[in-house]
Amino acid sequence: MTGDHDHNGHGHAHGHDHDVTQHDPEAAERNKVPFYGQRMYAIRELLVEKGILTHAEIQAEIDYMESRTPANGARLVARAWVDPAFKQRLLDNPKAACAEMGLDAASLTELVVLENTDRQHHLVVCTLCSCYPRAILGRPPDWYKSFAYRSRAVVEPRAVMREFGTELAEDVEVRVVDSSADIRYLVLPRRPEHTEGLSEEELAALVTRDSMIGVTEARRASPTPTPASAA
Amino acid sequence: MGRVVSGASQALKPGDRVRVKDQLRAGHVRTPAYVRGKLGWVERVHGEFRDPEKLAYGGDGLPRQALYMVGFHQTDLWQPHAESRRDNLYVDIYAHWLERA
Amino acid sequence: MGGRPTDAPIETAEHALADWEIVTDAVNSALGRRGLRSTDQLRRAMEDMPADEYLALSYYERWAKGTEQLLVEQHILSAAEIDRKMAELEPTWGVS
Repeated sequence: MTGDHDHNGHGHAHGHDHDVTQHDPEAAERNKVPFYGQRMYAIRELLVEKGILTHAEIQAEIDYMESRTPANGARLVARAWVDPAFKQRLLDNPKAACAEMGLDAASLTELVVLENTDRQHHLVVCTLCSCYPRAILGRPPDWYKSFAYRSRAVVEPRAVMREFGTELAEDVEVRVVDSSADIRYLVLPRRPEHTEGLSEEELAALVTRDSMIGVTEARRASPTPTPASAA
Repeated sequence: MGRVVSGASQALKPGDRVRVKDQLRAGHVRTPAYVRGKLGWVERVHGEFRDPEKLAYGGDGLPRQALYMVGFHQTDLWQPHAESRRDNLYVDIYAHWLERA
Repeated sequence: MGGRPTDAPIETAEHALADWEIVTDAVNSALGRRGLRSTDQLRRAMEDMPADEYLALSYYERWAKGTEQLLVEQHILSAAEIDRKMAELEPTWGVS
């Protein structure tokens, strides 16, 4: 036991100062748990004690989220780039197309895929909270949940995109989509130029999370010359 | 006060011009403030979903409400500061928040 | 949040989630799967927060507080027993 706690007047919100933190970085880390985090640990214990949840269920959720990464979305996009029939299925019935690729999108109420073209560029935001296609891409980045993004993406999407290094031509229509209800949106970025010789796997590597939100386009292929047959 | 399932905007279809109602409404609301009172058009018909305004209080959200993706010209929303006359914005809005324009 | 005047730049730095944040996320999802809370209820609970509190708390702190509110509202847990359990858990930290 660690004995008496001298709160140093900091109160719960800042954790406790233990001598042990000098020698035990893990404890120091735990001591940085804010008040509501501490309460969540307490809530977890209570819910398990009362048989409302089990530790196994909670761990299953942790494992589920860990398996959700942008690589899943990248596979969908790469397949859509190489296979026009798949692309059409992805646009017409996204959840079924995900299932085809072994991705479980069942927990989404509805998924809609937004295709970028040379005429239209989509940008997704949730101004009301932080709705995001977690079942495909995993957790959203901090900036997506920030007040700055949620406020500015609807008013000045081009300025926001510029902060991500994206500049779109004036004749491209920018379509901001505010996912205010149960629909979750995934952007299908344009296939970069000069990628004809790339495999599906190499194409997937060009598809970033940010390009599936819409703040950037997909990465350019590196300019290595492809062998043989000419123009 | 009795709302019919599809509100005043029965079976909207893509291209229909609509106005977002500008109503003061207590409780949980999923229609963003910045489109209230604005004119737009139906871009997509998403289908019918449980009403989030009821789900938010533990209700079953029934009867389902039609949900539409509604498009707006950025220049109509943010006069006069819109970045581009070409750009549009889309929001998912429930039928009972829309009326034909 | 949409269209509120702000010049704030987008901070693109990301942080790895702390353990308590992962637990908050997971407990929340598990409750959702059990039908004990819905996304809409959680959103509403967070909206119920006074504005200054909403702005002062981090994203997962808001989730944690919102989750507690829903559990207490539904009489699944009480604030008092959460307080007691918190006090009970405190001494176990710092012990490896």
